[in-house]
Amino acid sequence: MNAVTVAHIVKKYGSKKAPVHALDDISLDVSKGELFGVIGPDGAGKTSLFRILTTLLLADSGDATVDGFDVVKQYKAIRNRVGYMPGKFSLYQDLSVEENLRFFATIFNTSIAANYELIKDIYIQIEPFKDRRAGKLSGGMKQKLALCCALIHRPSVLFLDEPTTGVDAVSRKEFWEMLKALKQQGISILVSTPYMDEAALCDRVALMQSGKIMSIDSPRNIIKKFTKTMWSVRSAEMYRLLNDLQQYSNTEKCYAFGEFHHLVLKNNGVERDEIMSYLQYLSHREIELQVALPNIEDCFIELMSSTGK
Amino acid sequence: MKQFIIFVQKEFYHIFRDRKSLLIIIFMPIVQIILFGFALTNEIKDSDIAILDNAKDGASGEIIRRLDASRYFNAARYLHTQGEIETAFKTGKIRLVVVFQPGFRAALLHNNHAQLQLIADATDPNTATTITNYAASIVRDYQSDLNLLVQTPYLITPQIRMLYNPQLKGAYNFVPGVMAMILILISAMMTSVAIVREKEINTMEVLLVSPLKPFLFILSKAIPYMFLSLVNVTTILIVSVSLLEVPIKGSLLLLMAEALLFITTSVSLGLLISNVTNSQQTALMISLMGLLLPTLLLGGFMFPIESMPRPLQVVSNLVPSKWFFIIVKNVMIKGLGFKMVWKETLILFGMALFFLAVSITKFKTRLA
Repeated sequence: MNAVTVAHIVKKYGSKKAPVHALDDISLDVSKGELFGVIGPDGAGKTSLFRILTTLLLADSGDATVDGFDVVKQYKAIRNRVGYMPGKFSLYQDLSVEENLRFFATIFNTSIAANYELIKDIYIQIEPFKDRRAGKLSGGMKQKLALCCALIHRPSVLFLDEPTTGVDAVSRKEFWEMLKALKQQGISILVSTPYMDEAALCDRVALMQSGKIMSIDSPRNIIKKFTKTMWSVRSAEMYRLLNDLQQYSNTEKCYAFGEFHHLVLKNNGVERDEIMSYLQYLSHREIELQVALPNIEDCFIELMSSTGK
Repeated sequence: MKQFIIFVQKEFYHIFRDRKSLLIIIFMPIVQIILFGFALTNEIKDSDIAILDNAKDGASGEIIRRLDASRYFNAARYLHTQGEIETAFKTGKIRLVVVFQPGFRAALLHNNHAQLQLIADATDPNTATTITNYAASIVRDYQSDLNLLVQTPYLITPQIRMLYNPQLKGAYNFVPGVMAMILILISAMMTSVAIVREKEINTMEVLLVSPLKPFLFILSKAIPYMFLSLVNVTTILIVSVSLLEVPIKGSLLLLMAEALLFITTSVSLGLLISNVTNSQQTALMISLMGLLLPTLLLGGFMFPIESMPRPLQVVSNLVPSKWFFIIVKNVMIKGLGFKMVWKETLILFGMALFFLAVSITKFKTRLA
């Protein structure tokens, strides 16, 4: 049995005449004990999908189950067994760390002591501040506390909606390590994120854009499907370089990517020399040109343009 | 049960840790009672009056003495010419000028008829009427004292008794009114804001995705504010009895029970409001416009309902405060028992049940 199944889910917002498709025929499966990522920019429909799965929203059509229970008919059973951390961390700012945790434990008919083992590694980091009000915690600590609160009843499936948005890089890294540890405990985890670099940390990912899933696979396989050669280019004048490369007759697409520009050509047979001579002809200096390994973001951009057309 | 206890405990944390709001909740009733009792009163007390005594004889002197001695008036100025009257009013301090005709006593004794003029500042018509009535009755008192020895053949003397409130204290009217106002404000507004706040800070999402039952959620939200409101009833009663000398004539137990019923009605109204709003601002506005205003205007305590146009009288039946106001007046001021207020009690009970049923059945178990 899968932890989560989603079949042809459609969710529309707005008027009947001009509906906005937040989710347009979405289907996916998440296996037990899997760390599954839903990757997509803001407005891709991630939160709508999570709310439908946590029984907070009703889909317009389609079916979904969580832990074998139907999200519409058996929503009460689901509410007993899932953990949910909404986009904005939901904590009581005027309650202390410990009070927040105890409150959520009791609401879920359990106690901190009963499931302390599960949250120990995370809670131990915020325990020195257990008497501090949640409102006075840093973003990273709030996030850890919210995760503890979502975990305290040992859920079978954990839904984390953009848990790392607005959190510093170090805390983000720590957070993903915690998720890996939780996976070892047999908890299935669905996590959404707009950060493409976090995709590589999931077992499988669904790349979402405008309410559609463009691809579902392991991060490695998604990258494998990127068959074209990708070049990374830099020169002394990056902005002019970008413009020039986009003008180049052989260019399929070229976009800024960190310190380099990523360049994909229409014709894979084009040699390095051809690009070099084009750039030298335009009197670019300090040119660096090498074949780069594509990452998830490159795949996402590729998929976006191929499905968008 | 554990769920319920921790939820109520959490609500009390919210209340006690928000010091400013707590201070407002605790002291608002006291401040309002004191304001209505001493500052915003429409009783006439120590009004400054001016005297133009053209007679300066024993009779005019005695009337002036009596006016000044009464607790309504204070003879602040003595005028000398007709022209000064206008100037006296223009200062804004003088509310009434008493003018005696020359030879006042002589006219009274020899012609059996003397004239005295009361000139009032009628920019506030109600006050002017009240003041002139008070002054006239003091003059009448003097007159009847004069006539004590004389037998007048035909005489009707109205014997006036002000039942339940012989001293005509405004407090007898506004204590029940302020009680209704405070309770509906605290109970309904605070409850609705407390629930909507959970929606605003997103904790509602987590609570919904939990085994917590809606009924339990609503109950645990309502209990702390019901408790606070009972505290408020107690302080209002203590202040009214000790400071304003308004006695509790009827059964205190009945009064508290009726207050609890009204609080329940208000809290369920608050729950209803929180069901239909998503922001604390809106909840606040709806509570103020939808509850406080009708309570003030149609509750019967500021403006008598009997003198309203028919449609408004009908509408006023929908205002819970109206019924509570009647109950408190009957029980607290008149000292009547349950037998005399069962109808109003039943209406409040019905309202509470209706609002509660609607807010529980309409409780949204999902976000949209």
